[in-house]
Amino acid sequence: MKNEWPLYEVFIRSKNGLEHRHVGSLHASDAEMAIENARDVYTRRQEGVSIWVVPSSEITASNPENFGELFEPAEDKVYRHPTFYDLPHELKHI
Amino acid sequence: MQDKLYNYLLMLGDNSMILGHRLSELCGHGPSLETDIALTNMSLDLFGQVRSYFQYAAKLKAGDATEDSIAFLRTERNHHNALLVEQPNEDFAHVITRQYFFDQYHLLLLEQLCESKDEQINAIAHKSIKEVKYHHRFSKTWMKRLAQGTRVSHEKMQAAVTSLYPYTEELTKANAVENEMFNQGIGADLASIKSVYYEEVDGLLSNIGLQKPEEGFFYKGGKEGIHTEHFGFILSDFQYMQRTYPNMTW
Repeated sequence: MKNEWPLYEVFIRSKNGLEHRHVGSLHASDAEMAIENARDVYTRRQEGVSIWVVPSSEITASNPENFGELFEPAEDKVYRHPTFYDLPHELKHI
Repeated sequence: MQDKLYNYLLMLGDNSMILGHRLSELCGHGPSLETDIALTNMSLDLFGQVRSYFQYAAKLKAGDATEDSIAFLRTERNHHNALLVEQPNEDFAHVITRQYFFDQYHLLLLEQLCESKDEQINAIAHKSIKEVKYHHRFSKTWMKRLAQGTRVSHEKMQAAVTSLYPYTEELTKANAVENEMFNQGIGADLASIKSVYYEEVDGLLSNIGLQKPEEGFFYKGGKEGIHTEHFGFILSDFQYMQRTYPNMTW
């Protein structure tokens, strides 16, 4: 389709206190429609309490071709993981 | 009195049922995936409301009546929905305009039914009004968007308003049952709804550059069971399973 509506990325917060998470994308003519569409498409089974929409064109993404220089150097640095600590049981969502 | 209340429940339920059916016809045929789901969600909301009204009506009727028998086994003349909601899905402009004309009425109606002395109706109204607030928001923003979108969308909206506006007055014109229910403190006061309704509707139309028809001519009859030619087709579709396989269940 030539005159397709712009794409929006949708972020849903599933519960108060949790962060918004990316759930998918959808087409809409404007931000208000994007919110309504996101409500209808992504929260009809009580998935959320808050919605963010962001025009996909506003997102700057890393280039898959740069995978080596961006991500591979982290592979052999296990000491960066906080696995050497005992976490208290009360801590959740970590 | 029980008979009047029963008939009032049919009027409330039939508006939601027939509009819900019209929206269900669009399932899989919406103009985009997102609007398709939105319209289907609204259809399901409306059918949820119908179930509440008809379960209550079945209890009043006693005997063998069930929500299903009330929904699927009445003839055309025994349906009391307003003519607006049975008008066909000509195009998306008609779907949205029909929806907005109804939602504006539905919202004002439920606001009053939230004060109803009848506990059941009061509870149904409290549950439904949240759904209908969203329907109203959806259809109203689409009215603006299409009226002020492109030349083509504006023309289609104008055509839809011209053809559907004459069906609006029936919504707020009280018949004997509605008057009686209002006097009992059970039903809504349609006279007060009417003035707010036209303030809202006419205000929106003039804000977004659409003209209402000049003639001031209005259709009526649906509430009394006199329907437009579309209704037989709706019933043959809607009642097909129960008529072909009597007493079938899921």
